[in-house]
Amino acid sequence: MIPTTYYIALSAVLFGLGVLAFIFKRNIITIFMSIELMLNAVNLAFVAFSQANGKLDGQIFVLFVIIVAAAEAAVGLGIVILIARNRQTLNVERVDLLKL
Amino acid sequence: MSAQLIVFFVLAALAVLGALSLIFQKHPIHSALSLIVVMVALAGLYLLMGAEFVAAVQIIVYGGAIMVLFVFVIMLLNAGLEEHTSISKMAGFPGILLAIALTGFIAATVARSAGTFAQIPDSTGKISGGLSSTHDISTAIFKTFVYPFELTSFLILIAILGAIVLAHREKH
Repeated sequence: MIPTTYYIALSAVLFGLGVLAFIFKRNIITIFMSIELMLNAVNLAFVAFSQANGKLDGQIFVLFVIIVAAAEAAVGLGIVILIARNRQTLNVERVDLLKL
Repeated sequence: MSAQLIVFFVLAALAVLGALSLIFQKHPIHSALSLIVVMVALAGLYLLMGAEFVAAVQIIVYGGAIMVLFVFVIMLLNAGLEEHTSISKMAGFPGILLAIALTGFIAATVARSAGTFAQIPDSTGKISGGLSSTHDISTAIFKTFVYPFELTSFLILIAILGAIVLAHREKH
């Protein structure tokens, strides 16, 4: 039996790495991937707590999170294609139409 | 050290290495492949916790569908190496400070509530006693959570329509 704390610590580390990737990456697709990494870290915490409590609700939340992530990826990548077509770049620093 | 613990540490190391590789790779396709490693490692951890259905969905939906979509878009747009300007190098220092502060907050919270996790009664027997079986998950989804489950089908329908409208090229 592995302590729940180990899973939560791993989840926290993965979430922190996701935040780091979100801050440091400049490619809009990679930024999207770091959001998926953070969602995965939260899913791990959900399943760990579900196991610790002996209830299934956490696992069902994870299934809903995965469904929403799939919908988000479809719409988000549509937006990425649109940006790439209109601005001819994937660098988020060159997408500065709203900047003064 | 028990066999379970060894498997946990191998999979955890694989996940963390994959996440680090996601940050340090310069090419988006390499980052995508690193993310697939993280997702497969997490599926292994779900199996270790006795959540077989979530592990299967993780591999099919995340490792299969979502990552194939990402790789497809990377190849479609012919994404090249990342370019860093002077502004992005300037963002490095406050970014590292912010990440250290966030990790500190999470570590403090985990350390403070470690006693609370220990108070939760050990439920190994309950999990292996069929609580986590796919049958129980389907009963819960189609009885307790049937309304949110139906809502997600609308959500996916709207997402499909939105993706088509966004990516559709208008003829002039």
